[in-house]
Amino acid sequence: MLKRVHFQPSVLPYLLVAPQILVTLVFFLWPAGQALYQSVLIEDAWTGNSEFVWFENFQLLFEDTEYLSVFYRTGYFAGAVALTAMFFSLILAGFADRIVKGSTIYRTLLIWPYAIAPVLAGALFVFMFDPTLGILAYGLKLIGIDWNHKLDGDQAMLLVVIAAAWKQIPYNFLFFLAAMQSIPKSVIEAASIDGAGPIKRFWTIIFPLISPTTFFLLVINVVYAFFDTFGIIHALTDGGPANSTTVLVFKVFKDGFVGLDLGGSAAQSVILMSLVIALTVVQFRFVERKVEY
Amino acid sequence: MASIQINNLRKTYDGGVQAVKGVSIDIKDGEFIVLVGPSGCGKSTLLRMVAGLETITDGELFIGDRLVNTIEPADRDIAMVFQNYALYPHMTVYNNLAYGLKNRGFAKAEIGKRVRKAAEILEIGEYLERKPRQLSGGQRQRVAMGRAIVRDPAAFLFDEPLSNLDAKLRVQMRLEIRKLQKELGTTSLYVTHDQLEAMTLADRLVVLSGGEVEQIGSPIDVYEKPASTFVATFIGSPAMNLLPLSKDDNNWKLDNSAVVDVKLSTDLAELTLGVRPEDLVIEELSEKFDTGLHTALKVTAVEPVGAESYVHGTIGEGSVDIVVRAPGKLHFEPGQILKVTAKPDKLHTFDMLTGKRIELQGTLEIA
Repeated sequence: MLKRVHFQPSVLPYLLVAPQILVTLVFFLWPAGQALYQSVLIEDAWTGNSEFVWFENFQLLFEDTEYLSVFYRTGYFAGAVALTAMFFSLILAGFADRIVKGSTIYRTLLIWPYAIAPVLAGALFVFMFDPTLGILAYGLKLIGIDWNHKLDGDQAMLLVVIAAAWKQIPYNFLFFLAAMQSIPKSVIEAASIDGAGPIKRFWTIIFPLISPTTFFLLVINVVYAFFDTFGIIHALTDGGPANSTTVLVFKVFKDGFVGLDLGGSAAQSVILMSLVIALTVVQFRFVERKVEY
Repeated sequence: MASIQINNLRKTYDGGVQAVKGVSIDIKDGEFIVLVGPSGCGKSTLLRMVAGLETITDGELFIGDRLVNTIEPADRDIAMVFQNYALYPHMTVYNNLAYGLKNRGFAKAEIGKRVRKAAEILEIGEYLERKPRQLSGGQRQRVAMGRAIVRDPAAFLFDEPLSNLDAKLRVQMRLEIRKLQKELGTTSLYVTHDQLEAMTLADRLVVLSGGEVEQIGSPIDVYEKPASTFVATFIGSPAMNLLPLSKDDNNWKLDNSAVVDVKLSTDLAELTLGVRPEDLVIEELSEKFDTGLHTALKVTAVEPVGAESYVHGTIGEGSVDIVVRAPGKLHFEPGQILKVTAKPDKLHTFDMLTGKRIELQGTLEIA
């Protein structure tokens, strides 16, 4: 006989989870539902009259070559941000893992950029890279590079990638460092007795052993680049020049709030939402379950 | 293969803590040296200094004829077996064994040959394609050993390699390590806090305490002639009984209380008398010795451990605890008074203040 402990029904558990549920309802499920509803309507921006059109908004989007190019651009942007941010944070964490003295100061300094709001980060880069005033633009000019991200789309893209990656490096750094420090010291020592120098140890022992973290960060960074870079792009380039830095989130904003195409914008949000869901599934399926080695 | 010479090695940490305070050991080629001592005695630090994992504050370290003080671990031609095995978890057993050889640029065929030979010696041939987590503790231990022997280094360093194994495996692996070391003839330095392991493995024991050498010698020498009360109580289980004696006028007193009639040819006013539990004989069970130590023991507890029993009790006015190790299963009631004796040549004398061994002239007799 299986005996179970029974508790008196009580309202306490419901009360305890209520705030979380309320927040989710008000700030996620409701807007998400609204977006879903909007995405099947075409609304007149002047009169507010709307017409139910089934999936015409989606159909229009996928027929629009501009939208598809934004899709590719976003993929390129996300890939570039994730790889740049992860590459540099991996190297920095590798250094931090090796130093003994002053590691707290080094770590604290590296974590600071994470505390800066995206728009402020964008503003910093605007000043530094301003074609006429910026100190870095001036420096680049000295070494013969004519920097003007307000005219050159590739330079604009490079700029937003650098700014977005810079903002994400501290986060990655923390995770990489924690992962590296959880590797037993004796394993590293065994490798050094086995004749592996620091760089070889890094690539043959440390890097394979932190692969679960690397994969987790890849997903997180892609999600970040997709959805959390709006502020940086808005402050830096405003999607320009000539839409060269307009990524999916930015287009949602532009079409909806500037272009007042609420239906089309909502349809784009729904597509983005399904991307988030897909990435979350990937994360749960492959990351939460420990990567085997 | 090579000798190892440790000359007055010191380790001082940044905070000023002295972990090793000038240790000198001459290790002959092919010798099996065991460093033994309680936690914090500096034995692991010393081993790690030999390995190159800790910097040397002062002193000289030679492996073979080469001064290796500032040489990287990889270039010292040593192999180390770690307490937690330190296997590479993402590599197969084969790659774990091959890693050190690959790093040193051995040819593939040579690596294969060496790995298979090591695997054969250690009987892990059938696990070569497995990952460490698919192995039992004993098998992992063998892989760790294998990683050391494929390299055919000048010396093996062992850092408490058996302490993660269960008691039965520990005994088995102990014998195997000993056998393997004799076969290979590789100079070995082995760290343990287990005195039984130390006794059974060592050609010579180095007993360390507080970062200093207490005694170096063969296990039997160390057991039979401990150089200090520390060694006397550390080596041997149960520990040697120590009886504090002091001279007041012409009477020897035990622990400043009970007067005992002792004839000792010494000028010292105080000394510590040591006697091993197995050297004490219960008169009721055996013959009585004419000379040596005779005393009355008040039983406090009896611990039967199978083939023998440990009889715990107090002597003097109840202030000194001693243990008697007697064969068979014994039954005594707590409070019972027993007469125990020991032969005079089984008694050890130590300076009470310094704890160092003193050899007394003439016979020692306590009545």
